[in-house]
Amino acid sequence: MDKQRRKFLKIAGASVIAGIGAPAIIKLSGTSAHASGGRVVPAAGHAPAVAHGAHGEEAPKGVRLGMVIDMRKFADKPELLDGAISACIDAHNIPQYPDKKNEIKWLWKAPFESVFTDQSAYHSSKRITETDFAVLCNHCDDPPCVRACPTQATFKSPTTGIVAMDFHRCIGCRFCMAACPYGARSFNWQDPRPYIKKYNKNFPSRMKGVVEKCNFCAERLALGQEPACVESCKGTGAITFGDLNDAKSEVRAILDKEFTIQRKPTLGTKPSVFYIV
Amino acid sequence: MYNKGTIIPGLMLFVLFVTFPIWFNVFTTAGELPKPESPPGGEKHCIASAEYMRANHMQLLNEWRDNVLRDGNREILEIDGVKYPKGLQLACLKCHSRKEKFCDSCHTYAAVQPYCWDCHLTPKEAGSKEATH
Repeated sequence: MDKQRRKFLKIAGASVIAGIGAPAIIKLSGTSAHASGGRVVPAAGHAPAVAHGAHGEEAPKGVRLGMVIDMRKFADKPELLDGAISACIDAHNIPQYPDKKNEIKWLWKAPFESVFTDQSAYHSSKRITETDFAVLCNHCDDPPCVRACPTQATFKSPTTGIVAMDFHRCIGCRFCMAACPYGARSFNWQDPRPYIKKYNKNFPSRMKGVVEKCNFCAERLALGQEPACVESCKGTGAITFGDLNDAKSEVRAILDKEFTIQRKPTLGTKPSVFYIV
Repeated sequence: MYNKGTIIPGLMLFVLFVTFPIWFNVFTTAGELPKPESPPGGEKHCIASAEYMRANHMQLLNEWRDNVLRDGNREILEIDGVKYPKGLQLACLKCHSRKEKFCDSCHTYAAVQPYCWDCHLTPKEAGSKEATH
């Protein structure tokens, strides 16, 4: 009997020591394995981020539609932007509310300091302070709204890179609105139909309780047309649209030539809309 | 048998009560079957047979919705030389232009309320504020 108790206590003691010690040993050996494998590789991936300041990224895959907005052109001709906005409104049955708090925004105007909040507007030129900037959904490469959406009503199209919405699935929780750092999403607080001035019969309206935003005119692209705002500024070079991943595209030619800025690049959302200011 | 006088009439009443929906329909009319209007423009061909469409149009519309929005597959269907872009407003309503006389006739009869029209515009609604450009 005594002998057995003695044996039992020995085994129990050894087990306790092994139980406490083993995780530490596994952790030690595990960390070194991680350090040589997983963690170093992304750091190496970040190293060659030289090209476009904040836009230096890993090798691009697939199509990523984007836009370059030349604010110099809009500063010279402000009516160009009004035309683009009204083309967008007509194309997508966007309601026009008299009260600004209900405003539905796809493409809209905002002053420099609210568009580029991380840029200094101190002593900026007259052109910057007096021009309304064209603002729209940035169709981010890493969109926070998509991560916030609980129903996958908003998602990134794998074929075009467009951050798209399926209004059928939107439950109106507005998480995406909270997640979007650009204020590019609007909520329908009421039935928009009475406030739609003209109907485009080939596009639906929205209903009360869904969120909406710019869709880069996916429905027009499918027909081989340019987005409505791009088409309305045609020939002026104010807005250029194309594949950011295609080295031979027109947008890339402009990006290679001009100095461009993006909205809030420090947030890491990788916006696909670029501005020449 | 005990209580024959109450059990047998009771059973008969029970059977009559249970079969009420059957014989009620024999003696009354359950309302006329709906007759959805054929396309006012006289189109005779649809993307599938009338029987198929009658039974499966809702699944087809859901498929189209997912194709167009989710998969980015907006390929235009061509059936018997006629082109049909996937979409309720783009294809269906181009021929069946009177939703009130086509869609609603059956939906009202079957007491279903599809939410299509919360967003999608009927030709009548779209015509009320027609874009001029």
